[in-house]
Amino acid sequence: MKRIHTLVIGAGQAGLATSHCLTERAIPHVVLERGEVANSWKTERWDSLRLLTPNWQSRLPGHCSEGADPNGFMALPDVIRLLCTYADASKAPVETGVCVAALTAEGLGYRVETDKGTWRADHVVIASGACNIASVPAFSDALPPHIAQLTPIDYKTPAQLRTGGVLVVGGSATGVQLAAELRRAGHDVILSTGEHIRMPRHYRGRDVQWWMDVTGLHETPVSEVDDIDRVRRLPSLQLTGDMSRQFTDLNSLQAHGVEITGRLAVVQDGVAKFSGALANHCALSDLKMNRLLDTFDAWAETSAQRDLPPPERFDRTRVPTMPRVSLDLRSGRIATVIWATGYRPDHGWIDLPVFDRKGRLVHDQGSIAPGLHVLGLPFMRRRNSALIDGVGRDARFIADRIDRARHTKAA
Amino acid sequence: MTYQTEVKADNGVDTEALIGARGAFEQMPEAAAFTFRSDCAWIEGTYSSNNLNGYFGLGQEHTRKQTYRIESDHPEVFHAADRAPTPPEIVLAALASCLTGGVASVAQHRGIQLNAVRVVVEGDIDVRGILGMDPDIRNGFSAIRASFDIDANASREDIAALVAQSQKRSAVFDILTNPTNVAVSVA
Repeated sequence: MKRIHTLVIGAGQAGLATSHCLTERAIPHVVLERGEVANSWKTERWDSLRLLTPNWQSRLPGHCSEGADPNGFMALPDVIRLLCTYADASKAPVETGVCVAALTAEGLGYRVETDKGTWRADHVVIASGACNIASVPAFSDALPPHIAQLTPIDYKTPAQLRTGGVLVVGGSATGVQLAAELRRAGHDVILSTGEHIRMPRHYRGRDVQWWMDVTGLHETPVSEVDDIDRVRRLPSLQLTGDMSRQFTDLNSLQAHGVEITGRLAVVQDGVAKFSGALANHCALSDLKMNRLLDTFDAWAETSAQRDLPPPERFDRTRVPTMPRVSLDLRSGRIATVIWATGYRPDHGWIDLPVFDRKGRLVHDQGSIAPGLHVLGLPFMRRRNSALIDGVGRDARFIADRIDRARHTKAA
Repeated sequence: MTYQTEVKADNGVDTEALIGARGAFEQMPEAAAFTFRSDCAWIEGTYSSNNLNGYFGLGQEHTRKQTYRIESDHPEVFHAADRAPTPPEIVLAALASCLTGGVASVAQHRGIQLNAVRVVVEGDIDVRGILGMDPDIRNGFSAIRASFDIDANASREDIAALVAQSQKRSAVFDILTNPTNVAVSVA
């Protein structure tokens, strides 16, 4: 059995940031990675993906790489390059191609079994990501067999799809981006959406992420939120990493010929049935967007920003008079269904009683149990905990906690 | 020296108790499983009467102090005696009451005083559906519209948000907008 003080599981932005902070504090550690550095980015994302945060907002501990265009958005190869460069620059002790099979408690520490041997560590940091598994509704089994089903983890490019219509299920950033891309590629596209959040890419001449940064929204701590469960479940904003498109919302999709309808409720006897609540979901989305824009305007007013164009309000979401409530999937119109219905982390290898009744990891600001930590989950400590730009702060926090525990033990 | 009195909204909804219930159900989710029922007897023609009293919840059966009665019939144009509203109208009434109760609760929670709330709910039915004349026409409502008129100490936007939130949390809105498995048996 190999022994190490701290074991970090996962070599994406969260694991690498943690490693950097542990090295700064001279804490002996190893990072275990099932594939290669930036594995999820390399293997589990679609080709055209760009970050939703501008280049300047990719600050990792001890590393700032905004590239030639600070206001641009990294494409997938840029993100992979960023993380590989970061791993090299921080001399992160990554062991690649090591798959963790089980995490159990042992003595005052933990035992980590892998396909390349067993480790014993005082501290374990779970940095294996928040988007390992695509959530797909149980009734996906009831789809007619001739329909191809894809998740955003399998989907790479429109060329992969057979000809014919596509039903994209889900109206968060992933769903709207894939619907737009498939429509541009010439497919007949229907987008089914429940709750979603519409947002302009840029507002009053500045990127929406600039606004969220300067107004302090990104840094909102868990303690300032009244219902953290609800906030953690919020869908991602309907954005694309492209300044030339102000909206990737339902209006822009409809303008390009995408049909929109309500949340897919069930598939029975080959017929997809959609919720009739689309109008309210659109109203809620417009209200949420406008509330956020009000917050931005109020900040601009009190902080006397002089060089900004005046406030602006956008047309409401156009809701079809009679959105469809059913779709016969046997009719031949739809050849492919894409489940953009969210992701969840894969914590199946954690063999400890640390989950709630819904199978979610229970943690307090990333602390699960003495010596057991997690990071990179949505709104873990702050609103930007799951962003490349936010994970560094959590990594420092966790590294400090591990450091303190070490000194307490020594004393 | 002046004292500013904090004026609290009072719409008669005990939101604190409801929030307390959330905490209790978090600990004991099985207590949150309720079953409601209506006991309906045929009287004559399309005229029938429902008795509503008992329901199951918080792990036990409950009996109310009184039994409520909801009658239903059909109007004269359908060659009935028109002694009570039609069942689809009762559905519209249920939606109206559910959304209205929701508006009051959400307003209470958000500290908004309501002065008057009115909602008119309309549903469109092509009766050729129930007469079995055209398989492409459904029996039920093809569309339902609800129009609120709210007088409250709040901005237009805040009132719109009340109405949106009440739909989001409404049982009847969910029943009408999403499919439900319905099992009907004969004793």
